[in-house]
Amino acid sequence: MSAPRVIVVGAGPAGVRAVETLVTHGLAPTVIDEAPAAGGQIYRRQPAGFRRSLADIHGFEAGRAGRLHAAFDALAGKIDYRPKTQVWTVAGTRILTLRDGRAGDHRFDALILATGARDRVMPFRGWTLPGVYTLGGAQVALKHQGCAIGARTIFVGGGPLLYLVAYQYAKAGAGVAAVIDGVGATAKLRALPRLAAGRSTLAKGLYYVAWLRAHGVRVIEGALPEAVAGADAVEGLRLRDRRGRAVTVAGDAIATGFGLEPETRLADLAGCDFRFDAGDRLWLPETDGEGRSSVAGIYLAGDGARIAGALAAEITGERAARALLADFGQARDPARDAVLRRRLGRLDRFRAALAHAFPYPHQAAAAMADAVMLCRCEAIAAGALRAAVRDLGCDDLNRAKAFTRIGMGRCQGRFCATAAAEVLAATSGRDLAAVGRPRGQAPAKPVPLTAGADQ
Amino acid sequence: MTAVDPTEVLIVGGGGVGCATALGLARRGVPVTMIEKGLIGGQASGVNFGGVRRHGRALAELPLANRARRIWPRLKALIGHDGEFVASGHLRLARSAAEMAEAESYAEAARAYDLDLAILDRRALDARFPWLAAEVVGASFCADDGSANPRLVAPWFARAARAAGAAIHERAEATAFARDGDGFRVTTRDGRAFTGRVLVNAAGAWGGRLAAAFGEPVPIETITPQMTVTEPAPYVIVPVLGMISGGLYLRQIPRGNVIFGRGRGVADMAAGRARVLPEVSLDNAAMAARLIPRLASLHVIRTWSGLEGEMPDGLPVIGQSRTTPGLLHAFGFSGHGFQLGPAVGEILAELATSGRTTSPIAPFDIARFAAAGDG
Repeated sequence: MSAPRVIVVGAGPAGVRAVETLVTHGLAPTVIDEAPAAGGQIYRRQPAGFRRSLADIHGFEAGRAGRLHAAFDALAGKIDYRPKTQVWTVAGTRILTLRDGRAGDHRFDALILATGARDRVMPFRGWTLPGVYTLGGAQVALKHQGCAIGARTIFVGGGPLLYLVAYQYAKAGAGVAAVIDGVGATAKLRALPRLAAGRSTLAKGLYYVAWLRAHGVRVIEGALPEAVAGADAVEGLRLRDRRGRAVTVAGDAIATGFGLEPETRLADLAGCDFRFDAGDRLWLPETDGEGRSSVAGIYLAGDGARIAGALAAEITGERAARALLADFGQARDPARDAVLRRRLGRLDRFRAALAHAFPYPHQAAAAMADAVMLCRCEAIAAGALRAAVRDLGCDDLNRAKAFTRIGMGRCQGRFCATAAAEVLAATSGRDLAAVGRPRGQAPAKPVPLTAGADQ
Repeated sequence: MTAVDPTEVLIVGGGGVGCATALGLARRGVPVTMIEKGLIGGQASGVNFGGVRRHGRALAELPLANRARRIWPRLKALIGHDGEFVASGHLRLARSAAEMAEAESYAEAARAYDLDLAILDRRALDARFPWLAAEVVGASFCADDGSANPRLVAPWFARAARAAGAAIHERAEATAFARDGDGFRVTTRDGRAFTGRVLVNAAGAWGGRLAAAFGEPVPIETITPQMTVTEPAPYVIVPVLGMISGGLYLRQIPRGNVIFGRGRGVADMAAGRARVLPEVSLDNAAMAARLIPRLASLHVIRTWSGLEGEMPDGLPVIGQSRTTPGLLHAFGFSGHGFQLGPAVGEILAELATSGRTTSPIAPFDIARFAAAGDG
C-alpha cells in the first residue's frame, strides 16, 4: 500500500507533535496553519525583527515554547508546510483552503484537525465598545507584538488565563487596574484538593495570584461584570461584588473571558458527530479514546477536541498520529501508548478539576439585561432573542438564528452562540442540550468573492 | 397508536403553502390541523432566495402570482409581521441582442396579465443602475416586484393560524397515509394517528410520496438551489436581479448583505438536508463579482442549500386529486412557492370549503402527468 496522504490542520502544540510523530514513522504530511510561523496561539512567535527573549515572552513556559519551535523547525524539508493558509471547509476527502485571497484544495486519506481554541465570552453591557478585548486577544497583542491593550487594563472573567495574562501584563510593565474573578475565594479553596492533581500548573497559578497581590494589584473575587463605564471608550467597569454591592473600577481597557472553548467548525463541516458535555456545558466532537472522530480517516487533537491545555495537546497530538498510523497498518508501540495514557490521565484529572473550579457563569445569561448586545456582528440584543421565544415559541438555537439573525454575521456565531444558547435555554425553560448547537455552514471563516475567479 | 382529535382539514407540510392554507381555513372557522415533520418553514420555504417576483414567470402562473402580490403588502395586517417585504423592483438582465429580443417578447405577452415591464437599454441602465458590468446590454424591469425574508414568513403565518384556532404539530413526521371512512388517516413516526375529512398535500419536495400513496405517482425531482451571502456593504443594489439566460440571481438587503444563488448542491433526503458544493460556491461568487464589479472586495460569510420539489414542466401541482375525492394537492413548486404561497393558501382554503376557486388553476392539474404515470 502506498503511503496515505495525510493533512494536519493547525501547527500549535497538538499539530506539531502529530506532524513530528508522522514524520518519525516515515510519512510526509501536509501541514496547514493560519499563522505565519508554527507554535499556535500559546507559543506564538514574534514577527521578524523583534528581539525579545523566549523568557520575556513566555515566562515559565519559555522552555516548552522553545522545544516545540525547535521540534517543528527540525521537520523542514520533510513536510509540505503551508503557513498563512486557512481551511474554509472540508468536503468529503478534500479540504478547501485560502491563501493570499486565492482558493486551493487538497485531497487527503487522513486528516488530523488540531484547530485549537477560542475565548469563551459572556457578554455584558458595553462589551462591544473599543477597548474591550478577549483575554486571549489581550495576550496575543502582548506575546506577538509586545503591545498592551491599555495603560490601565481591567482583567475580568474566569479560568486560568485570567491571572496569567494579568501577571504577564504587569511583568511587562503594562498597568493592571484590577483583576476581577467571577469565582469567589471560598469556592476556589474548596476546589483546591482536586486541583492538586495539576501540581506545577497549580503552583504557577497560585504564584501569579500571589505575585499580583504582592505588587499591589487589586483582586476582587466572586464578582461578575455588569457594564462598561464610558459612552464611547472604556473609562471603567461596573460590577456587583459578592455581597451584591455596586462597585466601579476605573481603567482604560478591559480584557475579558471565561475560559476557552474548542474551535470545532471544521470538524462540524466534515460531518463529525457531536455530543453534549454537561460538565463543560458545550457540544464537543465525539472521539474514541485515541482521537478518532466519528468519520473514518478524520482525527481530532488538542484543544480543538476538548479544552485541556497545551501540555495535554502535545500528548493528544501524538496520540492521534499514532492512532492514524495504526489504522494505516503500522505496528503499535504499546510502551509509548502506555506512557501517553498515563500522562494524559493525570492531566485529565486536573482538567476536570479546573473546569469545576472555573465554571462558565451561565446564570449570568438568565440575568442578562435585554439591552445587552449578544451578537456583535449583527447587533442583536438579548431582548430580541427573548422576543423570538415569546412571539414564535422559539426553542431551538438554529431557529433563533433564523428568526433574529443571531450568529449570522461575519463570525457565524463563533463568539456569540455559546452565550446565546444559554439565554435561549434560560428563557424557553429548556435544557441547554435541548436547544441544540449551530448548524455548521461553510465557510468556516470569510472567503473573498474573487477567491475562485480565473486570473 | 395515539388517536388525535379528528379535524375537518388535515394539512401535511408546514411550509409557506401549508401555513397560509391553515390560516385561510382557521379564519373561515374551519377546524384545521397541520403536521410538519420538522419545524415550520424549515425546508424550501425557509431557506430560499427570498424573491417576491412575477417578472419572468411562466404566463400560466401570473394570475396566481398577481393574487399573491396583492397579499404581500398586507402581511403586517394579515399575520402581524411584514415579512420584511420590500417592493424594490426586479431587473432581468440581457447579455446579448437575442436575450433583449426575448425580454421584449415576454414583456409584450405579460401585458395581457397586467404585468407592466419597462425595457431598458444600456444607456437607461447606466442612468439608473450604473454598477452593472459592461457585459449587460439591457434589461427588462418590473417596478413592483421585490423580496422578503423567507425565514420569517411561514413562521408568522403559522403563528397567525394558531391564534385563529389552527392546531399545528411540529416534529410530527407523516409515515403512512390511508383512507378512513370518507376521510383520511395519517400516521406519524411517533405513533400518532391524525384524521380529517379533507387532506391537503403541501409536502413540498416530499409531495410526490403522498400523491403516490393514493395512486397518483408524479415525476417530481428534488432540487437543491445553492445560496450564498456576503458580509454587509453600503446599500446600493436596490432591485432584485435575475438573468434572462437563467444562472445567477442576486439581491442586496437594506442592512447591506448581498445574497445570491445559482446552481445546485447535493440532496440528502434521509437527513432532510442539502449540502453545498464548494466549487459551486466559488464559481457563483466569482460570477457575482464579475456581474457587479463593486462587489469584488466583499467576502462570503455563509452558504446554504435546501430541498425543493421540481416538476418536469417547472409548474406546481395544485388542485383536486384525480384518484381520491377529498385530497387536495399543492406541491412541487419548482422554486416558485415562496411568492405564490399566500395566494395558494387562499385557493386551497376555497377548494377545501367549497370545491371551487376563483383563480385559474387548470394548468396545474395533476392529471397532466397521468399519461406519463400510466406509461
